[in-house]
Amino acid sequence: MNSLPQGTGALFADPSANRAREAFAAKPRALCDKLTTVADAVARLVRDGDYLAIGGFGANRLPTAVVHEVLRQGKQDLSFAGHTATHDFQILCAGNLTGRGRTLAKVDVAYVVGLEARGLSPHARRVIESGEVECVEWSNYTLAVRLKAAAMGLPFLPARSLLGTDTFRHSAAKVIVCPFTGEKLVALPALYPDVSAIHVHEADRYGNCRIRGTTVADIELARASKRLIITCERLIPNDEIRRDPTRTVIPFLCVDAVCEVHYGSYPGNMPYEYFSDEDHLRRWLTVEKDLDAYKRFLEEHVYGVKDFAEYLQRCGGLPRMQQLRQREFLLDRGR
Amino acid sequence: MHYNPMELMICCAARLLEDGKTAAVGTGVPCAAAMLAQRTCAPHLVILFEAGGVAPQLPTMPISVGDSRTFYRGVMATSMCDIMETCQRGLIDYTFLGGAQIDAHGNLNSTMIGRDYARPDVRLPGSGGANDLASLCWRILVVTIHDRRRFVERLDFLTTPGYLSGPGAREAAGLPPGTGPYRVITDLAVIGYHEQTKRMEVLSLHPGVGLEKVREATGFELHVREPLAVTEPPTEAELRILREEVDPHRYCIGR
Repeated sequence: MNSLPQGTGALFADPSANRAREAFAAKPRALCDKLTTVADAVARLVRDGDYLAIGGFGANRLPTAVVHEVLRQGKQDLSFAGHTATHDFQILCAGNLTGRGRTLAKVDVAYVVGLEARGLSPHARRVIESGEVECVEWSNYTLAVRLKAAAMGLPFLPARSLLGTDTFRHSAAKVIVCPFTGEKLVALPALYPDVSAIHVHEADRYGNCRIRGTTVADIELARASKRLIITCERLIPNDEIRRDPTRTVIPFLCVDAVCEVHYGSYPGNMPYEYFSDEDHLRRWLTVEKDLDAYKRFLEEHVYGVKDFAEYLQRCGGLPRMQQLRQREFLLDRGR
Repeated sequence: MHYNPMELMICCAARLLEDGKTAAVGTGVPCAAAMLAQRTCAPHLVILFEAGGVAPQLPTMPISVGDSRTFYRGVMATSMCDIMETCQRGLIDYTFLGGAQIDAHGNLNSTMIGRDYARPDVRLPGSGGANDLASLCWRILVVTIHDRRRFVERLDFLTTPGYLSGPGAREAAGLPPGTGPYRVITDLAVIGYHEQTKRMEVLSLHPGVGLEKVREATGFELHVREPLAVTEPPTEAELRILREEVDPHRYCIGR
């Protein structure tokens, strides 16, 4: 009998459930105040060489402030979960080939470089095509399953996609035979990120979180992560969480830091709050074409900016946010 | 009534979607086709988006597969795993995909152009959800421009499974039985797959297009299913709905 196929890609994160338990065993359990600034959260919780994952989907419900801060603090040699990573991946790529070392070293690719219908990021292409970032291929579902395995405290889970393709061959997955039916399945190694950031609608100071709209893979991501930074549109009292616990989708036990960041998904979309700023996203894509112009743009918008509030000011401030809010609710179309 | 190739492609794609079925779609042309189908031949078509949107009443074309529009007035806003596992359980009839390259068996490349994986000439986004949707939905529809750069004998990278190497290959790899490519809609023709060989065969040529032109635009041997038909042009009703309701800003159908 032929041996079963295996992917040739490297594993960038340890799938061991036992070693993950040791990390989770060290997490604080008490209902304690985790409210802090994004700068402090990133300084304490994101370390050089970490495996980083970012919540949301593309430029939707994106913890943009954390991604900017990772650049500003010059974090180096990160591994990254490219799970429909669009603007977040674009921002992180700004820390490569721009004279500031190497922010990204390794990427698990499900979807990167592109910004969906908006086109490909010229600088993200530059970074990946240069060969300085090691890539391993996955798909959106199989990366979500890897997070789900970790959220379940397991070393792997099976699924039925990826089979028979080059995506499989360049992954770190393995084909296994079902012990009950004899059918072939793909075994997906658990992904326990060292650190993750998720933007939510509401959270209390302990880290109990509410999300409106699609949750993408964030329910799994929150539970899979060894350290978790939450940014929220609005900080709410713990009493409000306790008034309706059915709405809590991430419990405080998973969370290490809570930061209140208004318009925190900008220039991305935040469901029921504000739509994406397509003009600003187009500006990123355009300015990236010329590396020197891009470096100046980054200085103006990220590196030379004190915090996220100042970035919002440079992008049009409250008047712009009001326009995006109207767009979200289709008020600009007469609703 | 005059129409452009993109409008014809969207109308062809919409007509393939049957009423009362389910379709996992992305943004752009597939979304326009699903919206048109809901307003014409398939009012009870259920649209799903991989980021978690179920049965939205799309007010405008989404920009992202995960933006607010993808669950606007929907019945549920759920998760990536929930949508993909609905596909894995066999509840999703159609998916709509595209790619930079497609081969005779309907395999797709959206990962890279070049010979060396570590140093690609052009790095493309990768699978996204395409590999999963093509593995797990019953029927795969592809909408693409037809030229020799896209219709190639050999893909630079097989991102997403069509019929893989041919008959029986999907099942041998472990993919769910009975799934696979169904139609390719291009700006020149509507293409299906031969029952035995699982290779592409032309079903109908668009009005004014000759078979030679299609063969010239294809980098592999293309079969023809006899009798070769001519694609029905878009009706006035289809064009009106497409232009006025589905894509009034002409994001897909062009200006």
